[in-house]
Amino acid sequence: MTELRQRVAHEPDAPPEDKESESEAKLDGETASDSESRAEPAPPPASADDTPEVLNRALSNLSSRWKNWWVRGILTLAMIAFFFIIIYLGPMVLMIIVMCVQIKCFHEIITIGYNVYHSYDLPWFRTLSWYFLLCVNYFFYGETVTDYFFTLVQREEPLRILSKYHRFISFTLYLTGFCMFVLSLVKKHYRLQFYMFGWTHVTLLIVVTQSHLVIHNLFEGMIWFIVPISCVICNDIMAYMFGFFFGRTPLIKLSPKKTWEGFIGGFFATVVFGLLLSYVMSGYRCFVCPVEYNNDTNSFTVDCEPSDLFRLQEYNIPGVIQSVVGWKTVRMYPFQIHSVALSTFASLIGPFGGFFASGFKRAFKIKDFANTIPGHGGIMDRFDCQYLMATFVNVYIASFIRGPNPSKLIQQFLTLRPDQQLHIFNTLRSHLIDKGMLTAATEDA
Amino acid sequence: MLELRHRGGGPGGAGAPPPREGEAAGGDHETESTSDKETDIDDRYGDLDSRTDSDIPEIPPSSDRTPEILKKALSGLSSRWKNWWIRGILTLTMISLFFLIIYMGSFMLMLLVLSIQVKCFHEIITIGYRVYRSYDLPWFRTLSWYFLLCVNYFFYGETVADYFATFVQREEQLQFLIRYHRFISFALYLAGFCMFVLSLVKKHYRLQFYMFAWTHVTLLITVTQSHLVIQNLFEGMIWFLVPISSVICNDITAYLFGFFFGRTPLIKLSPKKTWEGFIGGFFSTVVFGFTAAYVLSKYQYFVCPVEYRSDVNSFVTECEPSELFRLQSYSLPPFLKAVLRWETVSLYPFQIHSIALSTFASLIGPFGGFFASGFKRAFKIKDFANTIPGHGGIMDRFDCQYLMATFVHVYITSFIRGPNPSKVLQQLLVLQPEQQLNIYKTLKTHLIEKGILQPTLKV
Repeated sequence: MTELRQRVAHEPDAPPEDKESESEAKLDGETASDSESRAEPAPPPASADDTPEVLNRALSNLSSRWKNWWVRGILTLAMIAFFFIIIYLGPMVLMIIVMCVQIKCFHEIITIGYNVYHSYDLPWFRTLSWYFLLCVNYFFYGETVTDYFFTLVQREEPLRILSKYHRFISFTLYLTGFCMFVLSLVKKHYRLQFYMFGWTHVTLLIVVTQSHLVIHNLFEGMIWFIVPISCVICNDIMAYMFGFFFGRTPLIKLSPKKTWEGFIGGFFATVVFGLLLSYVMSGYRCFVCPVEYNNDTNSFTVDCEPSDLFRLQEYNIPGVIQSVVGWKTVRMYPFQIHSVALSTFASLIGPFGGFFASGFKRAFKIKDFANTIPGHGGIMDRFDCQYLMATFVNVYIASFIRGPNPSKLIQQFLTLRPDQQLHIFNTLRSHLIDKGMLTAATEDA
Repeated sequence: MLELRHRGGGPGGAGAPPPREGEAAGGDHETESTSDKETDIDDRYGDLDSRTDSDIPEIPPSSDRTPEILKKALSGLSSRWKNWWIRGILTLTMISLFFLIIYMGSFMLMLLVLSIQVKCFHEIITIGYRVYRSYDLPWFRTLSWYFLLCVNYFFYGETVADYFATFVQREEQLQFLIRYHRFISFALYLAGFCMFVLSLVKKHYRLQFYMFAWTHVTLLITVTQSHLVIQNLFEGMIWFLVPISSVICNDITAYLFGFFFGRTPLIKLSPKKTWEGFIGGFFSTVVFGFTAAYVLSKYQYFVCPVEYRSDVNSFVTECEPSELFRLQSYSLPPFLKAVLRWETVSLYPFQIHSIALSTFASLIGPFGGFFASGFKRAFKIKDFANTIPGHGGIMDRFDCQYLMATFVHVYITSFIRGPNPSKVLQQLLVLQPEQQLNIYKTLKTHLIEKGILQPTLKV
């Protein structure tokens, strides 16, 4: 999310202002750059200024306002570069990064809860929060792994049992945590403990489910992971730029530095960016193909025949644009049309995730979620708009792009009872005959 | 959950403890410094986190909702016995109402589950309003009910649509709704989310976030569980009746055992529960479950999955009972043989499952009750509401049922049946025609191999 900086240079209050909760300047990058910043030499201990020494020295002669701007800019570029490296390294590393980001976000939000409720002196509760995180992750990863790694799972006996009774095992683990919570209720701290319990569960709901939806999107094809995330980042940066140069009318009372000009400019810029990016990426198999686990090589492969979505097609340009552009038809990937929908969501609804996070920070009187990234705040600060996006992409794919997974359906079919199988088979047969896919004469045993 | 009443004391002592307890609980909070320095309303509510519990308003003295008839009939008895009688009569009334609804069929049961869910949601949200004194945020009531509607729409679409597959195929609009169901539900939820963000008012941020979270946690607890109950119901009414009756039986028998034999306290959270009650309740519930399973397994009405027949336009339960519900002979282990002098015993396999269900109901179910007790203590309320005279609110009666519903559902999916056939069919019909054809061929080969399908089939 970007904000309008007052064009009139109010220098004196700029440094403290930069650190305030309103300044959500999002020159965003992606992914866990805390590893990046820790790799820098001698990070200063526990201060608001987490800027590495190197940068400090290099920028020491600039005024503090520009110094902050430069720090943010450099960190942004560092995060984006890190993102590209991770993409290059492949799906497995991406999954691990998503997992790390999830854990860090969970940790940040829970820490805020502790600070709000002064509940450091409930040692049980830290353990229980992490335990619940583990349980929910186990549940989700088990479901994902069972679907995608089906052949691998069937080979190994212990994995097969774990997968068959997966729900039961997950439920038992969760129940154990629940019972431990009930047994840990201490007489004077009931309310506090219930608050933290509720806080943990809402955080899990937000953080963990979304990160698993991100991984589902990833398995669909890396383009479904990269394009949405890039659109959100682009929207942040573009809205900031447009707001910086043209911003006048405030957008919402919640974030007074956002403007309508930034919002609308960001919208158009993001749509264009999405179109271009999807054009570029649709050409490469490694982005377009679903990620599959290859049993022989024991690794992930992205090799396939690209589906219809990723083959160039001719589209007739409507009359209006024909006269302007002078072309009769244009060759596009169908995916680019979908990317318009994704970019639109990223620019119009994504900001609401940011407003929600702003409201949250105001409500609990915190400036940033944490101090992990110098100049930007915590990991949650960078990812607050991404969450709605991940769910939207997943729902979009499930509704419009692909239906259910055929191989999974066959597996489910094989576990049914014979009479149920027969019933389904007959229904399918009559359905296919109705549709004309089957005729009684041409069908052979 | 029924509480063990002290054999010596009366119900009059119930009024005194809460304030004392509140102050004791508030003591810790008093010493903590308030980090909120602003002077607006947010400050006041922010302090809720760390100030004394005694500032939280007590629930006003409950209006006595006992009907006049009962009062006149019992006016002659002492107040202790009078309370006991009211509870007893209401218990019997609720149980007969339960039987009546079972008789009326699955559709009525579904409606009943839905009404209970809505009432529980309402009770918990009302407590939230009272705790946070947020009556003056009118938007929020609307939003809470809107979210309830969204989540219910989502769940009903996912589960019930599967069962009504034949009905749905007929109507074009319904087809559209089913196909894009997730997208529509998500869009509805998003609209609510955006409304929430737009409704954030400057001085009330924290309050609004609290109510938002409160609503979501309540939805998570009440709505998901009630839908699991309905899914269990569709599996066969016995899967609905036996678990619920086991929990009710455990409550009643634990109370009775505690009343007559109770000595050792069970847990500090509920001081009136005893180990004798707990263990006695466990054994009686297992026996009860075993017997109830035996009785119910005979009737097709209870045992068959509920299906919707489009020709009759209603729910029917007619089928060939599965193996679980056919008598089988089991040979008794040697030591039981010696005691009972029977070689074998005829049991329904379901009865073995009922032991697992009853065990869960007696050992883990009470934790749901402790959780609700802790919740009531934390927020200084005596009961969730005053709907049922002598018993409190609907939530008070259903707090143990929640864990049970999830457990039964997980149990069924793990051990009893595989995936839901109508859902598989539903998903098959959504696929692309080429994929359907491929799957058809694969299935046909498989079925012929297994001998389920005759190869002489022309098509």
